Amino acid sequence: MSVLLEVKGLTMDFGGLRAVDSVGLEVRQGEIVALIGPNGAGKTTFFNCVTGIYTPTGGDVLVHPPGKKTRRINGLKPNVITTTGMARTFQNIRLFPNMTVLENVMIGRHCRTTTNIIGAVLRGKRTRAQERETIEKSYRLLEKVGLAELAGEFANNLPYGAQRRLEIARAMATDPFLLLLDEPAAGMNPQETHELDALIVRIRNEGNMSILLIEHDMKLVMNISDRIYVMEYGKEIAKGTPQEIRNNPKVIEAYLGEEVHA
Amino acid sequence: MQSFKKSVFVALWFMFLTFPLLVVRVNTLKGEVEWRWMNMLWVGIVFFILSYVWRAALERKGQKKANNLDEDGEEILGFRQRLFQDPVIYRKVIAAVLIAAVIFPFVFSSYQINIMVLALIFVVLGLGLNITVGLAGLLDLGYVAFFGIGAYSYALLNTLYGWNFWFCLPIGGLVGALFGVLLGFPILRLRGDYLAIVTLGFGSIAKIVFENWDGLFKGASGIANIERPGFFGLEMSLEQSTIYTYFLMVLMVIFTVFVVNRLKDSRIGRAWMALREDEIACVAMGIDMARTKLSAYAFGAFWAGLAGVIFSARNTYINPNSFTFMESAIVLSIVVLGGMGSIIGVIIAALALILMPEYLRAFADYRMLAFGGIMVLMMIFRPQGLISDVRRKYDLSALQKKKEAKT
Repeated sequence: MSVLLEVKGLTMDFGGLRAVDSVGLEVRQGEIVALIGPNGAGKTTFFNCVTGIYTPTGGDVLVHPPGKKTRRINGLKPNVITTTGMARTFQNIRLFPNMTVLENVMIGRHCRTTTNIIGAVLRGKRTRAQERETIEKSYRLLEKVGLAELAGEFANNLPYGAQRRLEIARAMATDPFLLLLDEPAAGMNPQETHELDALIVRIRNEGNMSILLIEHDMKLVMNISDRIYVMEYGKEIAKGTPQEIRNNPKVIEAYLGEEVHA
Repeated sequence: MQSFKKSVFVALWFMFLTFPLLVVRVNTLKGEVEWRWMNMLWVGIVFFILSYVWRAALERKGQKKANNLDEDGEEILGFRQRLFQDPVIYRKVIAAVLIAAVIFPFVFSSYQINIMVLALIFVVLGLGLNITVGLAGLLDLGYVAFFGIGAYSYALLNTLYGWNFWFCLPIGGLVGALFGVLLGFPILRLRGDYLAIVTLGFGSIAKIVFENWDGLFKGASGIANIERPGFFGLEMSLEQSTIYTYFLMVLMVIFTVFVVNRLKDSRIGRAWMALREDEIACVAMGIDMARTKLSAYAFGAFWAGLAGVIFSARNTYINPNSFTFMESAIVLSIVVLGGMGSIIGVIIAALALILMPEYLRAFADYRMLAFGGIMVLMMIFRPQGLISDVRRKYDLSALQKKKEAKT
């Protein structure tokens, strides 16, 4: 399996605070990789460094897009990183609230379409074809996440779980090879989490995408991940298969406190 | 009953507040204090009525919101919404408006045509600013600067080099757009209050430059003898020229509506709207923020430049006083009153705001008072503007059918 994302010694300082301390991580083709850790461990900061929202202080973030040249993406703008093929969702949902569900997904197609101002004004054959394609692809994605019936609804009128799924559909619209999900199950009830679980696996299997996710819901993580990385206080303390992580004393200590040992 | 009681309290409170000003008067000549109790009574009555009406209106607004949802929880479309969504109705309305626009100059005097031309110029300005403020959500308090830049570029090119109107029209627009980009660069990272201050400053700088650069812009005395728009060198009387400018402006408005409408429903318009909704999400979805912001500024400024060229050609004389903050404020009010992002709303608001003061000259003294009052009332009762932005409906029936066929 070829490696898609390779992070080596990633470090992020905020003033005197080292939020992420030389963390390494790898995502291979077709994998679901989870990044877990207690609150404040630096998981989201790690995500923001990888997706270009922050410029990391040190280390390398390398992407190996399938069939393309390897690129070091430290300090590139988020939109450039998305264009290389890594799309993300947000921990606190960031949809476009006053746009319709369909339009939200259509925004994801922006970086894969080319109509310019003149083309948009003249609305020639190519523009119309592109627009039709955008609508069709977006609608298919909505069907995939089960939101097709709500296509004309405003995004802020959706229930919480549906908003999370819409964010995933929007990220998928950018044709990524790697999907980064920041706590996709946060705030969901067990039923919704279960559905999400199935959705993520289906996306991986059907969409030929790899997935890197941050999650607190242990059941979901253990169920679907191929490999797990654990962070605490900005450092990586463990990595391995779910089975290995479950029995790793360091992880148990990080999650349950030292009393377990005593 | 509740609102009655509250209104009584409000009235009493105002009677108390205005007591020292309206009731007590110290007559220094006679050395005695006059008590004008009647004033107190009037204050009480007037504020009671105002408060009561106010409360009733707010209550009705609340009820309306509740009633607007039918059993399915879907909003029932009001008449206005239906007007813009039912093609049969709106085609008829558009036809009627066009016919009225064609007949207009042959019925009314050239004074009225002139006012109408001015109003149409503000329609174009409003539609232009609507791109920056309404669609892309970038506040611009110095919009009039681009209008001025367009106007001065035609004035200078015409008086110095004798370039004609038609040649200068696109140049004016492009110069406006260029300055839009120039303003855009330094403020790419700014948001909210800071953006407001910088754009306000830009507007003021433009006016000060026009006023004080005597060598180029002729300072406060302005530039005179600017050529009117020509028609293949045809000689025209003043009245004919006015009518000609009017039709030119009508075409200009149609052109603007056409272009803005197409852009709004395109990939670029969607990117602008996404930028307005959430910048970080927008960037994370692969939209180049710098490019999108700059294009919104440039495109908004482009229309201001075009409008500026027509403005100086219509007036044949311009000076810096036509490009004060007041004009920026009016254009911004047009956008806010009309409804952010709504093309029809902006057109109606522009016509209302420019034509009303002209036809209500008798009340000129109260103009700003009424203006402020209307703004406050609008923000409370219809914060989304006269006509809220009608969203495009995408035709999904074909896609839905395909799915059914598959299953």
